[in-house]
Amino acid sequence: MSLLAFDWLLFAEKLILIAIIVFASLGIALYTTFAERKVAAVLQDRPGPNRAGPLGLFQPFADGLKLIMKEEIIPNSSNKILFILGPGLAMTAALMTCAVIPWSSRVEFFGRSIELQIADINIGILYIFGVVSLGVYGIMIGGWASNNKFSLMAALRGASQAISYELALGLSLIAVLMLSGSLSLKSIVEEQMQPGNYWNIVYQPLGFLIYFICTLAECNRTPFDLPEAENELNFGYHQEYSSMKLGFYLFSEYINMIMSSAVMACLFFGGYDIPFLDESSLSTNLAAGLGFLALFAKIIFFIFLFMWIRWTIPRFRYDQLMNLGWKNMIPLALFNMLLTGALILWKAGV
Amino acid sequence: MNLLDSLFYFLSALAIFSAIMVLVSKNPVHSVLWLITVFFAISGHYVLLNAQFLAIVNLIVYAGAIMVLFLFVIMLMNLNAEAEPRKNLWLKLFGILSGGSFLMVLVSLVRQTAELTGKTAQLKDGNIGLIKNLGKALFSDFVVPFEISSVLFLSAMVGAVVIGKKD
Repeated sequence: MSLLAFDWLLFAEKLILIAIIVFASLGIALYTTFAERKVAAVLQDRPGPNRAGPLGLFQPFADGLKLIMKEEIIPNSSNKILFILGPGLAMTAALMTCAVIPWSSRVEFFGRSIELQIADINIGILYIFGVVSLGVYGIMIGGWASNNKFSLMAALRGASQAISYELALGLSLIAVLMLSGSLSLKSIVEEQMQPGNYWNIVYQPLGFLIYFICTLAECNRTPFDLPEAENELNFGYHQEYSSMKLGFYLFSEYINMIMSSAVMACLFFGGYDIPFLDESSLSTNLAAGLGFLALFAKIIFFIFLFMWIRWTIPRFRYDQLMNLGWKNMIPLALFNMLLTGALILWKAGV
Repeated sequence: MNLLDSLFYFLSALAIFSAIMVLVSKNPVHSVLWLITVFFAISGHYVLLNAQFLAIVNLIVYAGAIMVLFLFVIMLMNLNAEAEPRKNLWLKLFGILSGGSFLMVLVSLVRQTAELTGKTAQLKDGNIGLIKNLGKALFSDFVVPFEISSVLFLSAMVGAVVIGKKD
């Protein structure tokens, strides 16, 4: 039977990798919620959660338990199937990005070389772009199915915000793409790792700024958290949700943050590259381990940046948000793209 | 039946089932969601043909952008099953007739123009769909139609802005 003529070992390997990455991101997201509260506390000069366990380290478990134990309420007038589908879609879209992120180089186990990336497809960047554009559905469907005017307003806000900032996001990615000449995240990272090459942030400071601002908007983070503006919309698109469905929505936001931090680290900050160190001088497994730690440090730095901004900058008004997106970000991204193209051609001597 | 075959049949069945559900669903929001499933299934077919670029662009443009706008309009108009106007029987009958004849024209066109007999699709090792080859083909062999269509898109964009500005 030719169905069995298939590399089952590869299949098992990928399955284990997927399981590890998904559970690890859930675990990290759990502690990101804790970090968010601690960072907020530090910035506001108060102790923050410090009751559960040493330094309040068990706080996320207490929060999770609270969410699970809460009563599950599905509003009578809601569209039940879509109401349940909404948080699931939000979570799926958030987790799907992890498939193309190169978490580290490769490890060797029992003579088998294992790539620490789920799929090295040669359309990696476009895949991320596609997943980002699908992320809107979780918010839209959840907001609409709740059959609540505030939820619907928030969902529409979220969707239009996401669509507007996707354009500038894509345009800033094109400049990176022109530099590296590849859409695969792995080759983008490896190109930055080569001796003599700097990280892309050196060549693309403006591109990174645009990408970062657009990521803030795509993740619905302050100053662009219009879909959850409490003082205008009560609570936002997840107003009617309770228990773990609400938890999924809140969680997917943190997972989005982790994933976009990872993508940013790969695109602009050399991914699993350790600065001032030649990885080829180390053994394969050691280089992979250190590389993963380097990527992880970069991710944590970006997550901290996200939180820092959240607790420092007030929220934009909706028309300001749209003006910034359409009238500033997109022209700036187009300019960046033209400049990059011109510089590449000038350097090539055409 | 190997893995590719079973994937092909699964995706085809999914595409046809979801397409039928688009028509049958009473709730327009459900129809839009089923249509998104159709796009996913078709993208799966593109991946099977190793046309990765086409697959992902299909998702970005149709599922990611156009369908969101569809959802927008439907949600804002708050269409639902009760508000759907009842069409009379004759209208439905003629709809079926005209749709069916259009399908026949399309099928016969495909059968006449391309010599499909005895040809097999390039599964997973055809590489014209990869972005490098596609870009080369678009910017060398097909540069004139490509540029003309981009001008067409630009004019559509300008037109949309002009209509949008008119209060």
